Amino acid sequence: MKDDDIKNGDREVHPTPQLDELEDGPWPSFVTGLKRLRDEGAPGNQKMMNDLLGQLNHSYENRMGYWKGGTVSVFGYGGGIIPRFSEVAEKFPESKEFHTLRVMPPAGFHYTTDILRKLCDIWEEHGSGLIAFHGQSGDIMFQGCTTENTQKAFDDFNEIGFDLGGAGPALRTAMSCVGHARCEQSCYDEVRAHRSIINSLLDEMHRPSLPYKFKFKFSGCANDCVNAIHRADFAVIGTWRDEIKIDQEKVKEHVKEKGRRYTTDTVLKMCPTRAISLNDDDTLEIDNKSCVRCMHCINVMTKALSPGDDRGISILIGGKRALKIGDLMGIMVVPFMKLETDEDFEKLEEFAENVVEFFADNALEHERVGETIDRIGLPAFLEALEIEPDPNMVNHPRTSCYVRTDDFDEEADKWFARQATDQVAE
Amino acid sequence: MSDQSSKPRVPDEVGVPDPFQYMHPVLKANYGNWDWHDRPRPGVLRHVAKSGDVIYTVRAGTQRQMDVFTIRRLCDIGDRYADGHVRFTTRSNIEYLVADEARVAPLIGALNEAGFPVGGTGASVSMVSHTQGWLHCDIPGTDASGVVKGLMDMLHDEFVQEKMPNRLRITTSCCQINCGGQGDIAVNVQYTKPPKINHDLVANVCERPAVVARCPVAAIRPAMVDGKPSLEVDEKKCVCCGACYPPCPPMQINGDDSTKIAVWVGGKHSNARSKPSFHKLAVANLPNNAPHWPEVKDVVRRIVEAYKSDAQHWERMGEWIDRIGWKRFFEMTELAFTKHHLDTWTGARKSMNMSAHLHF
Ligand code: HEM
Ligand code: HEM
Ligand code: SF4
Ligand code: SF4
Ligand code: SF4
Ligand code: SF4
Repeated sequence: MKDDDIKNGDREVHPTPQLDELEDGPWPSFVTGLKRLRDEGAPGNQKMMNDLLGQLNHSYENRMGYWKGGTVSVFGYGGGIIPRFSEVAEKFPESKEFHTLRVMPPAGFHYTTDILRKLCDIWEEHGSGLIAFHGQSGDIMFQGCTTENTQKAFDDFNEIGFDLGGAGPALRTAMSCVGHARCEQSCYDEVRAHRSIINSLLDEMHRPSLPYKFKFKFSGCANDCVNAIHRADFAVIGTWRDEIKIDQEKVKEHVKEKGRRYTTDTVLKMCPTRAISLNDDDTLEIDNKSCVRCMHCINVMTKALSPGDDRGISILIGGKRALKIGDLMGIMVVPFMKLETDEDFEKLEEFAENVVEFFADNALEHERVGETIDRIGLPAFLEALEIEPDPNMVNHPRTSCYVRTDDFDEEADKWFARQATDQVAE
Repeated sequence: MSDQSSKPRVPDEVGVPDPFQYMHPVLKANYGNWDWHDRPRPGVLRHVAKSGDVIYTVRAGTQRQMDVFTIRRLCDIGDRYADGHVRFTTRSNIEYLVADEARVAPLIGALNEAGFPVGGTGASVSMVSHTQGWLHCDIPGTDASGVVKGLMDMLHDEFVQEKMPNRLRITTSCCQINCGGQGDIAVNVQYTKPPKINHDLVANVCERPAVVARCPVAAIRPAMVDGKPSLEVDEKKCVCCGACYPPCPPMQINGDDSTKIAVWVGGKHSNARSKPSFHKLAVANLPNNAPHWPEVKDVVRRIVEAYKSDAQHWERMGEWIDRIGWKRFFEMTELAFTKHHLDTWTGARKSMNMSAHLHF
């Protein structure tokens, strides 16, 4: 009974009683959108969406998924397409092939309405008309394409300047926050960092041959709007070394407007290192040696406070989701690096390439770089990348005494030598 | 396919597109030179550049999974009421950029009229970050877009106003791989039974050593079943994670009796105040009750209400719980604390209270 066709205008469509329930309510309904493609879409979209809706309703009835993977690719590339074949194709034949093209968006997700329309036109012609802005990995997800049309759709996207993103054991599509384009908190040029790293490593994206996935994410400050520390193997976070900039007049205005108690409760008390004092004349004093650049006070007093002038980036390595040893966050491995000149950007690119190369050479199959670091220990990772240990890499020094320390003195000498050169450099 | 005579087109490996060709001219002109911002009303940001230039951003919620008609409608609004330049946030909200303040109110009117809620800024509940579910993934235990639609219908008011103590970020994941990520509240599939193996298919479909290697607790062994090479699972060891299912679909993890939903709290991405944190288990074993998931919605509502009523300004969910203590959290939300809340995974000891600090 469930899958008997019902009349809809002049043609038969699958009934979707379960999905119909998701059309009410104030939030925009994806079901209404799918139905519009079914009823008013291009002829190809209409047929595909009718069966797609049928299959989705079938999933809702039985609480089971009915897609399986496979292999589909475009000429010259080994990844970027997520193949989907229906396991209930005899009932829903028109959506039996429903592949996704992962397409890389412009860094920072900027579009004109004009380019969005072009993307829609291509997808209306070759695909199902269903698009997600964006997938959690940061791709534009063009969902619903037959095997035959996959190449055509890609060719058309590629002609207007878009390229496939990553899938499989490969470099994945990256994400960057709005940053420099519209945010005063931003501490480096996210667009340039994002594009120069990914575009120099495209081969690893388009021809998957890494042990497993590798993701970059770029946030302009520690607010980390693109969730880099949790979700990226290589997280680039903007920061600064000198003092927070304070406009004392604006501080006074803030205190006057919000009150002294509210300012104390929401700014002073919430500073994680108790680095802020409110003077008797309603000006602020910040102990910048104790400040950890968490962004909180700057977030609250957007007009009065801003990051210092000596800006740059920090890099955390090894974030990922659950499989297989549990969730990991990135570990701070580069506390500070300037990122202004061409040489700075080249240095970053080179470092990124070295980390990916290390990953390619040392990770076990299906292991993320964070798991590799857990397996071999951070000192071995640092040594491989020629990074010196730094107190900013830890919450606190080791508590376990099970370690062999017979070269402790040589290591200590290196530290003192580094301290001396750093002093000279400054 | 084989009768295609022309040579295939060689891809132009352009990589990440240059955003400057699409960026609003005011953003382009002031790239890297912004001074401050504020929020004149929920859903609207005003950014002021050092040059004195001003740009307004109007943020609106979308269904993320959009048909071309919806996207064209959003574009029509962008052409008529804004400057034709838009961007999307990490959480699939669309942002219209407008240089002229006078255009802000009509733009909001047009968006509301077309059914797109304006909000998601500041101390609000923004769009739920989510993934694919039954619509497109090959391993889902539940849907994603449907759960999200239900949650956002319920939390619509909290999206269009800024009345939370701080921003509240919700995520959902339709299997334990957890594409949705960490959240102040995370609604995730939680399997409760080991996979049921279809032994007839294993030999044909699965690369057995790869499946054995995938298991985080080494519960899978190669075995002969009815004279055929297959796999067996030590059900005492199995933690029901579902990791063996993607490489070996005959190890069916989903089922009415086994696919349940758990709600987690206190995950945080930002470094503001406290360090980023993972979400922690609040409740498990909620039914996977499509199409409305009422039991899940009820739990989420209780958690949102408790946080809203009790947290101080700028405290995120996890920071609020740190202050009031887990005892109070479970009391206020009327959820049970059980032995399953005691971690048993690597590093579990670090999550125990090794002090005499107590909450009464
Ligand atoms: C057959 C296997 C798999 C397929 C087809 C698949 C497919 C996908 C898709 C389509 C997305 C994007 C979803 C969206 O953004 O809407 C995604 C994201 C993701 N997948 Fe998978 N996945 C697979 C296996 C895995 C495995 C084994 C893991 C973990 C070990 C994993 C971890 C993730 C994570 C963490 C994300 C979120 C992306 C991010 O944080 O940037 N996936 N996957
Ligand atoms: C100048 C101030 C701010 C601006 C302009 C801003 C803007 C944004 C934007 C545009 C996004 C989406 C990011 C993207 O799609 O690229 C975002 C996300 C985010 N923002 Fe901010 N934000 C600001 C301040 C803050 C503050 C005060 C906090 C925390 C206290 C914060 C925490 C986050 C987090 C954690 C996200 C990640 C996405 C999420 O979980 O929703 N931001 N912000
Ligand atoms: S991460 Fe920082 S710089 Fe980037 S958009 Fe968020 S607040 Fe701005
Ligand atoms: S940035 Fe964070 S740590 Fe630094 S002074 Fe402000 S609140 Fe304190
Ligand atoms: S959370 Fe799991 S089921 Fe959902 S899209 Fe991700 S991999 Fe698929
Ligand atoms: S469900 Fe997880 S723990 Fe159980 S056998 Fe499969 S991989 Fe191992």
